[in-house]
Amino acid sequence: MFSRAYKTAVTLPPVVWVAVFLLTPYLLMFCYSFWSVSPSQVIVHSWNLDNYGQLLKINVYWQTLLRSMWIATRVTIFSLLLGYPLAYFLSFYAGARKELLYQLVIIPLWVSYLVRAYAWKTILGSDGVLNTLLQYVHLTKHPLESLLYSPFAVVLTLTHIYTPFTFLPIYAALEHIPRNLVEASHDLGATPAQTFWRVIFPLSIPGVLAGATFAFVLSLGDFLAPLLLGGPGGIMISNIVVSLFGAAYNWPLGAAISLCMLVLVVSLLFFSERLEKRWSFS
Amino acid sequence: MLRDISLEIAEGEFLTVLGESGSGKTTLLRIIAGFEHASSGEVWMGEERLDKQPPYRRRVNTVFQHYALFPHLTVEENVGYGLRVAKRPASEIAQRVSEALDKVKMAAYAKAKPSKISGGQQQRVALARALVNRPRLLLLDEPLSALDANLRRQMQVELKFLQREVGIAFVFVTHDQEEAMVMSDRIALLRSGELEQVATPREIYSRPATAYVAQFIGHTNLLRAEVQAGVAYYSSMAWGVDLPDGPGVFSLRPENVRVVESGNSDRVANAEKAGVRVRGKVLHQAFHGATELIRVECADGLVLVVRTPSGARIQDEIELEFSGADAVKVRESPRRN
Repeated sequence: MFSRAYKTAVTLPPVVWVAVFLLTPYLLMFCYSFWSVSPSQVIVHSWNLDNYGQLLKINVYWQTLLRSMWIATRVTIFSLLLGYPLAYFLSFYAGARKELLYQLVIIPLWVSYLVRAYAWKTILGSDGVLNTLLQYVHLTKHPLESLLYSPFAVVLTLTHIYTPFTFLPIYAALEHIPRNLVEASHDLGATPAQTFWRVIFPLSIPGVLAGATFAFVLSLGDFLAPLLLGGPGGIMISNIVVSLFGAAYNWPLGAAISLCMLVLVVSLLFFSERLEKRWSFS
Repeated sequence: MLRDISLEIAEGEFLTVLGESGSGKTTLLRIIAGFEHASSGEVWMGEERLDKQPPYRRRVNTVFQHYALFPHLTVEENVGYGLRVAKRPASEIAQRVSEALDKVKMAAYAKAKPSKISGGQQQRVALARALVNRPRLLLLDEPLSALDANLRRQMQVELKFLQREVGIAFVFVTHDQEEAMVMSDRIALLRSGELEQVATPREIYSRPATAYVAQFIGHTNLLRAEVQAGVAYYSSMAWGVDLPDGPGVFSLRPENVRVVESGNSDRVANAEKAGVRVRGKVLHQAFHGATELIRVECADGLVLVVRTPSGARIQDEIELEFSGADAVKVRESPRRN
């Protein structure tokens, strides 16, 4: 249909773009992770595995990685618990208001990440909205200090930010289910609850997997929410990477941690892709 | 839109709801199944009022137009779905599912996913999935429309046979009048949301109630005649009728008109017995296998369709004859949207 020259002309720029701005940095990172820093703060290009050794030896690194995964897991669970019912309601029961509600769910994505994170700060702070309210209704005498600057605050904020990302693929999957399957299920004597668990939910699993992957991967790599709301107990692995590349000036170790995360995320994407395929029917 | 529908279905009957697209036949089916609600009126099954019940409580099952098989379940699981949600014991489910699959000759595909089998096979599975629940009434929404002509004719026969065997009442929706004629005990013909006629195929063909029915089912000639003193006049033709004076529409089937052999000697002799005669010019001849349909232009621009045996020698100018008794008086169908 199109000539070879045309195809090349169209595909070449994006390929070059990806090569220069994505693959090259990754390659550099890969190299850095095998180098080291001399005591005089100079990066030495001597190939060794010390950085990866340190990662295993020093508790704080892998502990933070585990905590980050635990935070990401909770965010995933909560955004699924919020996103699925929302998507289900919109797809099956919203009727004429569907478009409007859909836009309302999407709108937060247009608001800057920082604004949303700071909003939670004003809500959860010691003289914030929530604490003021709790004291006003005499549920507590003193402001609850543990609301802000805690893993709880991080999970809450990330859940808020990433719920639209779980909502969207689930909604798409639900919209994709032919409605005559739902009718067929009712016709065969299945109650609405049976229909949900036997037909609707199984057919929406690809959307759930895609949404869960979004929420997990995006919140695992997040560093702003823990920085703004995490406090000392809510530090995540990306914060460590940021400080290693910054103040600590240990690029090789930072690169090693980043690479570990990259491997983790890519294998996760791979598995969720495989699972999604298993649950797709056309 | 449906208006003023009153329809009774006998136990074990094969009733076809026939109509053009948009005539409301699918809506009627969906009201019986419970997917749509009529703004007024009731649906009863025996002593049980259906229209107040949700679809999953009605002992009615549906074969959907595009089969609506569950893509994530195997053929076997699809067929067993109704029994499983009804929480029947596993042994009973296994037995009834395999019986149902045998009945539709799909036992070999029990473990296959619906996407791996052909349209005709999906059709059989959809049928088994509905019948396995032993409904009192089975609704079929144009189940054969997606199949090609050969398979379709084969399925028509099989479906009819299966219906006799299981003895369940079928309500079959189609827009194909030939299909309706072949399969049904009775045909209910819908037009723009209203019933035109409910009758056996033979009756609906030989005694159509309205001009619309006469035209919809098979070929016909509609003669808009004027009745005066027991004689219907139309163009140069006239035949005796037992009707009051005034305008009258008559349906004359092409096979009830015959071509008069030229030079026929008994013509004068049988003048008394002979029917209505009219001369005309052959416009067009269409081959239909065993018969041919010939369009003949007579005086006053009147065109008559005549069915003759295939291979009959037809001249350019012929004389036609029909018996006045074969011209069936029909009601003029009122204009509707």
